[in-house]
Amino acid sequence: MGDHGVEALLRIGDSCLVLAQRLTAWCGHAPALEEDIALANIALDVLGHARGLLTRAGQLEGAGRDEDQLAYLRSAPEYRNLLLVEQPNGDFAHTMLRQFLFDAWTTELWREMTASSDAGLAALAEKAAKEAAYHVRHSAGWVVRLGDGTEESHTRMLAALDDLWPYAGEAFLDDEVDVAAADVGLVPLPSTLEKPWRARVSYILEDATLPVPPDPWWQRGGRQGRHTEHLTYLLAEMQVVHREHPGASW
Amino acid sequence: MAREAWPLWEVFVRSRAGLSHQHVGSLHAVDAGMALENARDVYTRRGEGASLWVVPSTQITASDPEDSSAFFGLDEEFRHPSHYVVPDGVAGI
Repeated sequence: MGDHGVEALLRIGDSCLVLAQRLTAWCGHAPALEEDIALANIALDVLGHARGLLTRAGQLEGAGRDEDQLAYLRSAPEYRNLLLVEQPNGDFAHTMLRQFLFDAWTTELWREMTASSDAGLAALAEKAAKEAAYHVRHSAGWVVRLGDGTEESHTRMLAALDDLWPYAGEAFLDDEVDVAAADVGLVPLPSTLEKPWRARVSYILEDATLPVPPDPWWQRGGRQGRHTEHLTYLLAEMQVVHREHPGASW
Repeated sequence: MAREAWPLWEVFVRSRAGLSHQHVGSLHAVDAGMALENARDVYTRRGEGASLWVVPSTQITASDPEDSSAFFGLDEEFRHPSHYVVPDGVAGI
């Protein structure tokens, strides 16, 4: 189980880390100062979740890797994040829809993870659940505002939905790693989160006057280390300082 | 950012139960809900608050600087409790 547990935690932790990195690119560029601060806050929260998960994954692995080594010294095929979070920021509609699809997932995930058999993870989930509840409120608000906004904002949300929807379902596809990790109560089984996720997504999209697209063949592979080309560039930027100056700190 | 679509709001924070709300600044938001969320992000991100109020800035009626002498410029020293001696040892002052 050890390896499966580590893998399962990296799948969640890497998803948080990559999304946090994406969000930080908005710093100084958001459409309003207030939104800039909101996105930076959310990025920091999600980064905090990543740190907790990567640290615990490193401990379970028992090979002496800490959060920094896991974050900065793995290449793209060693990353286990969802394909959704590595997708480019695009315009604000893309960023907010991606955020909403993610937040709607983590809201359910953290709530279930408060019952983890790992006391440290349960405590992390307790804190993260409160933060995710705020994140989803924020991102859902923007999806509705833009979807049910002007003709231009509606068109942009439709385009975002078109681009991102095929990546939305990967979070709920179980494999043997997930089953093993769920069997020992470490993390919830991904597929069990799908129903409440769908309920929230449908409700918000409807409120946003956006269609709930039919299920495509869900793009997948990120959780097994098969990524889109976008992740390579993201990691290059995120890791360059650490790789140039190993062990450097502020 | 269109100014008319993002009006100004005044933000009041109560730092903890029992105290009154204090004005801390202003921000832009498209509606009251967003103003509350923005206030949470901009003014309470380091745990400063237990409660928030947001008020459209246009709803504030301010005193006119021209009235300042009539409003505030009076020399009415007798209103200060400074003409009697407080005995030593009086608690609560």
